[in-house]
Amino acid sequence: MAVQLDARPPVAPAPRHTRPTRGVRLSRFDTKYSPYLYIAPFFLLFGVFGAYPLAYTFWVSLHDWDLLGAEHPFIGLDNYSQLLADPDFWHSVVNTLGIFVISTVPQLLAALWLANLLNRQLRARTTWRMAVLVPNVTSTAAVAIVFAVLFGREFGMINWLLDHVGISAIDWKANRFAAWVAISTMVDWRWTGYNALIFLAAMQAIPRDLYESASIDGAGRARQFWSITVPLLKPTIVFAVIISTIGGLQLFTEPRMFNSGTNAIRGGPLRESQTVTMYMFENAFAPHYNFGYGSAIAWLLFALIAVVAAINVLLLRRLGGGARKEVSR
Amino acid sequence: MLTFTRRRLAAVALVAATALLGTTGCGGGDDEAAADGPVTLTVDVFGQFGYADLYQEYMASHPNVKIVERGTGSNLDEYSPKLTQWLAAGKGAGDVVAIEEGLLVEYKANPQNFVNLLDHGAADLKGNFLDWKWNQGLTADGKQLIGLGTDVGGMAMCYRKDLFAKAGLPTDREAVSKLWPTWTDYVKVGEQFTAKKTGASFLDAATNTFNTILLQTAGNTSGYSYYDTNNNLVVGSNPAVRQAYDTTMDIIDSGLSGKYGSWSEEWVSAFKQSKFATIACPAWMTGVIEGNAGPGAKGKWDIAQIPGNGGNWGGSFLAVPKQSKHQAEAIELAKFLTSAKGQIGAFKLKGPLPSSPQALADPAVVDSKNAYFSEAPVGKIFAEGAKNLKPVYMGPKNQAVRTEVENAVRTVELGKRSPQQGWTDAVSNAEKAAAK
Repeated sequence: MAVQLDARPPVAPAPRHTRPTRGVRLSRFDTKYSPYLYIAPFFLLFGVFGAYPLAYTFWVSLHDWDLLGAEHPFIGLDNYSQLLADPDFWHSVVNTLGIFVISTVPQLLAALWLANLLNRQLRARTTWRMAVLVPNVTSTAAVAIVFAVLFGREFGMINWLLDHVGISAIDWKANRFAAWVAISTMVDWRWTGYNALIFLAAMQAIPRDLYESASIDGAGRARQFWSITVPLLKPTIVFAVIISTIGGLQLFTEPRMFNSGTNAIRGGPLRESQTVTMYMFENAFAPHYNFGYGSAIAWLLFALIAVVAAINVLLLRRLGGGARKEVSR
Repeated sequence: MLTFTRRRLAAVALVAATALLGTTGCGGGDDEAAADGPVTLTVDVFGQFGYADLYQEYMASHPNVKIVERGTGSNLDEYSPKLTQWLAAGKGAGDVVAIEEGLLVEYKANPQNFVNLLDHGAADLKGNFLDWKWNQGLTADGKQLIGLGTDVGGMAMCYRKDLFAKAGLPTDREAVSKLWPTWTDYVKVGEQFTAKKTGASFLDAATNTFNTILLQTAGNTSGYSYYDTNNNLVVGSNPAVRQAYDTTMDIIDSGLSGKYGSWSEEWVSAFKQSKFATIACPAWMTGVIEGNAGPGAKGKWDIAQIPGNGGNWGGSFLAVPKQSKHQAEAIELAKFLTSAKGQIGAFKLKGPLPSSPQALADPAVVDSKNAYFSEAPVGKIFAEGAKNLKPVYMGPKNQAVRTEVENAVRTVELGKRSPQQGWTDAVSNAEKAAAK
């Protein structure tokens, strides 16, 4: 009998095999392709302002490209090989990495600590949270000028204060390490609050019950911070580190404004505080106007950022590896 | 709904298209009507060119022209990369642009960026300029005139009367000039000054003095400094460079320099706080000193003769980039601003010394006094020597090379290098920069 059941009369062809109405077609087109349309603006903009300049810079870096010249002969990788043997370039790399390390490490630690404070029950909490962002809103150039004056050799306030505690004046601009420190303080002043807010946002996503059960288990505030907050914040910390790496290695305005007068782009007579971007500017524009060489520096800087970011992420992964397993669910 | 939206879209598209057509139509019309329609001319300068009054006059006699000046007060280090970028991009430069003599050599190497003023009747103006100034504006083959001269940099020594009095030195400008016929005497006066401990240094920065001595020595001997006239780099072998370097080392060695890096924030502060007593001042520097030291120091400054003999530092040109949309009008304006009359007007306002023999002989220049500098007869001091100025030839990478040598001087001044190390650095870094 069962066979009989199967022997049904043929069913009318499914409606989907007929020509769909226009509305249906449109809606199918809509679901299939509109998402691409929605995200297209980003990729179009990225193509125009990101990918194209990147490719063009590479193209330029393969030429002997005098900025004013009428002809730009192709020279292959000559700019790169010359650059790798250029002690001034490596000097600027060391400066950049030095400034990066002594600014970013304390900056992120301070931001973490600040975020932890802001995460507590405070009076006028929003005001405090907004306030930490104020340094970030001010113009970099203005900040740099003020700090450059503060760190003046003869007329600067910092040296005046040092003098009061019996420390002899430091020539902040002509001493390589002192210049790094001075520039780092500018960077820290500007970015600590910004990173603190990012950390704070992530902290607020951590479930309260974790802290409650930790309290019941007898964990103090410090213990809670290191065993719950920090590990759960790790993705955010990785993000902040990568962003800081990109920003830190592209440092330009602060050291440029810190040095004033003739040839400020050199960061001092012995290039005490010249960063890679400054060296790029010195070569691509005044006084060398060698666009090809400058472009090669830009590309090596790109590679440097990629390498440093990767190292940072690997280090962070390794550092908190154990702790992560403990709390992850 | 759908049709409605479509129709609206079509309408919007139509409006947009018409608007676009309209603007392009307008744009085209604008260019054609340039001859009699209103024209805005942009003039790009750095520092103080003193053209404000001249613009007013020109606009009054040319009602169809409006002039906008950009870059007033900016320093050359900010200005030159911008101008170069505009030229390279083929867009953005003013209709008339100022070019400093040290940079002119680089622009001359690529003359295709500029209008050849010889094609526009500039040859008739040759007599309006000192010969060498005119020749500097010509390309190496002499076939293209890139720029018309605006000013030259005749030299003097500006000094603080009040600080000199404090140190027991004469303050009268004639007497002060007699103190230092040579740079060796200048160092001796400096030592006397320093011994009195006035709280101020004798001079601002060794680099400024170095440039002065170099241009003076080179002008009086070979006529070139870092490059010889065949464009060979001669930093290490030209005696003029070595002599200027050694004299500067004596100055540093005697502790006369305040070490305020030229054009830095500290340098400006040092002016305001009366931290040094003398500064080598080409004519254009008087405007800078007044700007930096401020009205409070009026009457405390005076001008004496420069040690050594003459010398020229700086001076600029006006050029018209090919990218200008209003070349004819721009050329006319450049001719007006660099005419004898224009140069006198600028001199009166901000002090750049004319490069036109007629202007240099004009009573308005010769008899002029500068109230800020204790009524010093600037016309006499600067103009008298100007006709005998000996120009210094500059090679293709002059700016980059000069940067290296200046920096080497600065490292010695700051005590980071010995004079011998500084010299080695100067020569090797200059060679590297020239090769870039």
